[in-house]
Amino acid sequence: MHLLVIDWWLILEKSLLIFGIIGLSFFIAMYTTYAERKVAAWLQDRRGPNRAGPFGIFQPLADGGKLFFKEEIIPLASNKPLFILGPALAMITALLTSTVIPWATPFITKGGDVIAMQVADVDMGILLVFSIVSVGVYGIMIGGWASNNKFSLMAAIRGASQMVSYELPMGLALIAVLFMTGSLKMSEIVGNQIENGWHIIYQPLGFIIFFVCALAECNRTPFDLPEAENELNFGYHQEYSSMKLGFYLFAEYINMFISSAVMATLYFGGYDIPFVNEASWGLNSFWMTVISFSVLMAKISFFLFVFLWIRWTIPRFRYDQLMNLGWKKLIPLALLNMIITAAVILLLKK
Amino acid sequence: MSVQLTNRAKQVDRKPMTFLESIYLWNIMKGMAITISHLFRKKATINYPEQTRSVSKVWRGLHVLNRDAEGRENCTACGLCAVACPAEAITMEAAERLPGEEHLYREEKYAAKYEINMLRCIFCGLCEEACPKDAIYLSQTIAPSNYARKGFIYKKGDLLIPHPVNEPEAYQKALGEKADNNKIKKEPTIPETA
Repeated sequence: MHLLVIDWWLILEKSLLIFGIIGLSFFIAMYTTYAERKVAAWLQDRRGPNRAGPFGIFQPLADGGKLFFKEEIIPLASNKPLFILGPALAMITALLTSTVIPWATPFITKGGDVIAMQVADVDMGILLVFSIVSVGVYGIMIGGWASNNKFSLMAAIRGASQMVSYELPMGLALIAVLFMTGSLKMSEIVGNQIENGWHIIYQPLGFIIFFVCALAECNRTPFDLPEAENELNFGYHQEYSSMKLGFYLFAEYINMFISSAVMATLYFGGYDIPFVNEASWGLNSFWMTVISFSVLMAKISFFLFVFLWIRWTIPRFRYDQLMNLGWKKLIPLALLNMIITAAVILLLKK
Repeated sequence: MSVQLTNRAKQVDRKPMTFLESIYLWNIMKGMAITISHLFRKKATINYPEQTRSVSKVWRGLHVLNRDAEGRENCTACGLCAVACPAEAITMEAAERLPGEEHLYREEKYAAKYEINMLRCIFCGLCEEACPKDAIYLSQTIAPSNYARKGFIYKKGDLLIPHPVNEPEAYQKALGEKADNNKIKKEPTIPETA
């Protein structure tokens, strides 16, 4: 007699998916550091790392190895438990956000079982991403506080205020998307775009606001005030060394990867292939999954490139400019976008 | 009214920014267009140890201690190069040629020890000018990097040119464009009419 029936296949399938996505996140983050150095070099008429392996592709491994073997220093004056918790929290929150993103079309086995390429298709989908991202700022805050260093603390304060200010317009831009889909579920947001066309067509302003806010949430240039090298000596990770520093840096790149995935899903049709009706190709579901996954990865790579491109183009904003842009420009624009979207939807429904 | 010295002066625009300007979007896009154009340009750097830039004929690199056509060392350890050296990079010890060593050294005195500290050397070429025996000249090779300071003190063995009779190919290679170099030097550098 079974009191509790456990679906072992589901557990196996989900754990495979989870490990796959975590592995993928690390891999992409690793090679984003490589791409960062390469793109930086190209935009400055240089060549970039090209010594470790062909075209320098083993450079991230060398960098990682270096971080592992460096001496790890925990300052005496620091708060030790919090000092260790900081980078761990940053990494955990960065990895958690990938749970609700649909990575590809569902894979249908020969027995007719549907395996969704998504760890959890929860009802509140995108809201879960937002809530985890807002916990992510604790990694910066705890790290900055526990270091017991005035520069780190200043950086932590900046980071926290920046996150709070830019989550607002981000959320407002998102609401306009939710008006159109009527659902928070990520799979339905993608499904709606496959049927009615990508959201970027209807929400160009919303996308730009979302993109700017995503830059700020990832602490990327021009909003990298928490790690301003020339005024705060390195910001919140100044006292960190070895792999703890590596975790902070890595978490930033994973955040970039995930926010690119979220932007691709919300505005660029997720795994949808543009301009073609892929259902008419008559491919089996395995190849459909592979192709749609590569399409999503191509979109993500494009966004990652734009992140790097922006970083090597514009300098950092001043703190007051950052706040002015967030509160006085982006929030009114996002509100306007939201009201117009609501009005148009109301008119069309009549 | 200020005096206008050149016509390059530009009036600074201090008008408050319009709303579109204040969200920076257009200017950022202009900047991004500039940076992306650099992506397709020719790279300014070269892969150094594999590729090298060509140098001028009078360019001064690593020192070479010369031999004559029979392979005998020219240097007589007179010390003029060491005296001429503004960086005091050269040291040497003289020794007397013994009977039976005539095939090794051209004259009856030679340098038993000859060292140049490449960390001190400024590659000015004054040693080459000072030498009465044409025993030292500066080649076209860049002094290679090293992990230790010790490696930068070049001994006689590091500096001597390969033997012209025993290793003719290596000798020709080490000679490089030295022949042409000497031709240039023989011409007067300052016109005599002046």
